[in-house]
Amino acid sequence: MSAGHHHRLYLPGDTPVHLLPPQCKLVAVAAFAVAVVATPRERLWAFAVHALLLTVVAAVARVPAGFILRRMVIEVPFVLFAVAIPIIGTGARTEVLGMSLSVPGMWAAWNILAKASLGVVASILLAATTEPRAMLLGAERLRLPPLLVQIASFMLRYMDVILDQMRRMRVARESRAFVARDLRQAPVLARSAGALFIRSYERGERVHLAMLSRGYTGEMPITRDLSASGRDWGMAAVLPCLAAATAVLSWSLT
Amino acid sequence: MTGTGAPPSLRVSRLAYAYPDGTQALFGVDLTIRRGERVALLGPNGAGKTTLVMHLNGILTAGHGTVEVAGLPVRKDTLLEIRRRVGLVFQDPDDQLFMPTVRDDVAFGPANLGVRGDELDRRVRDALTRVGMLDVIDRPPHHLSFGQRRRVAVATVLAMEPEILVLDEPSSNLDPASRRELADILKNLDVTVLMVTHDLPYALELCERSLILSDGVIAADGPTRSLLADADLLAAHRLELPYGFAVPALQQ
Repeated sequence: MSAGHHHRLYLPGDTPVHLLPPQCKLVAVAAFAVAVVATPRERLWAFAVHALLLTVVAAVARVPAGFILRRMVIEVPFVLFAVAIPIIGTGARTEVLGMSLSVPGMWAAWNILAKASLGVVASILLAATTEPRAMLLGAERLRLPPLLVQIASFMLRYMDVILDQMRRMRVARESRAFVARDLRQAPVLARSAGALFIRSYERGERVHLAMLSRGYTGEMPITRDLSASGRDWGMAAVLPCLAAATAVLSWSLT
Repeated sequence: MTGTGAPPSLRVSRLAYAYPDGTQALFGVDLTIRRGERVALLGPNGAGKTTLVMHLNGILTAGHGTVEVAGLPVRKDTLLEIRRRVGLVFQDPDDQLFMPTVRDDVAFGPANLGVRGDELDRRVRDALTRVGMLDVIDRPPHHLSFGQRRRVAVATVLAMEPEILVLDEPSSNLDPASRRELADILKNLDVTVLMVTHDLPYALELCERSLILSDGVIAADGPTRSLLADADLLAAHRLELPYGFAVPALQQ
């Protein structure tokens, strides 16, 4: 995970999208997702508008299409599920390429596919333009419980350390001719996992001591001003507002 | 061994401590470190060095006896000020550097003390400059080399402007160049230093005076050079100079 100097999901840049305060972007993406979900699935044109909006954001943020498409692989399990629905669905059926498919099933599949894809792309854009740690600071500004934010930020910091420890344990196992061939080797792996857990737990204790030594009293000091101006909020609101307008139009136009 | 004028940076008297499971780790430790001194605390593994260090900033509280930092006793109500005065540098920099960037990590201590804005920024830059690490200020700690991380760990406590810097095994796991660089940095700090180690040449290089902690008591206290020249004393406390280091060379 530590291949580059940046997180894999993050694309460094200084576009207007990158520069927006993280809390504005978090709210914008959440509101956009709500607007997309609220759009009736029969209004195909509305989904085209949503997709167009995201395309514009991606262009402004200079996030290449290939980058987004590669990241969209995470959606595959949902796609597989969506593909199955028309086949196993009930109700009126129609012939497509020689297969008998359920019509309501096809609508359901389209609904899942379109809405999930739009949500996923919006999240990819958020992650590509916001550093993970900025995201956490933004979440903290949005009144997410500080304890959750602290847990997430420690996860971020120690992920590499723990993965590295895991790698060293694997090397140590393999240096002594261990090969995980089948289920019979599972106890060895389980014990490694247990050892890793205990080591991480002990590290957690040591980190806590180090924090206490520097005056930690239960709250992370806020050292950076992350306040957003009205202009920032206005900028961030453009995407969800247009999406919401589209959703409202798609309901009122028949 | 009383300081003149200002109270000593550190005064520990008759400190005893037993772990909750009953294991007695310290049996009455007495030591005084005057302002500006650099002192090595030597001792074999299991001598109680880490336990003693944990008392210096109140992470462990004394079962018996007292610890005073620049005249201020370590008590529940003085903890925050004690932790400002005692800068503890842990052995594993990955334990010490827990924030996402070097800047945030160095700012953590002073920010907990209520320092904000330009003054905070000044302290962070100043501390990083003193350890020669200003150019990594925006890097995540886990992308630094081990030697760099240890230096940043020193900066994290320097930023709190401590009365005394306590280093736990500062030379462990460092390659020879990083070890020398760290020594140069420590020599140039004008702050009281207590260095816990069993790296005897490092103690000799950096500290005029040494204490030997053995079986939970201070077994010897004197100039590093003469302690290290006393082969019987070292042997009695499971301390050894590395192969090739001869005693006469220390006696000049």
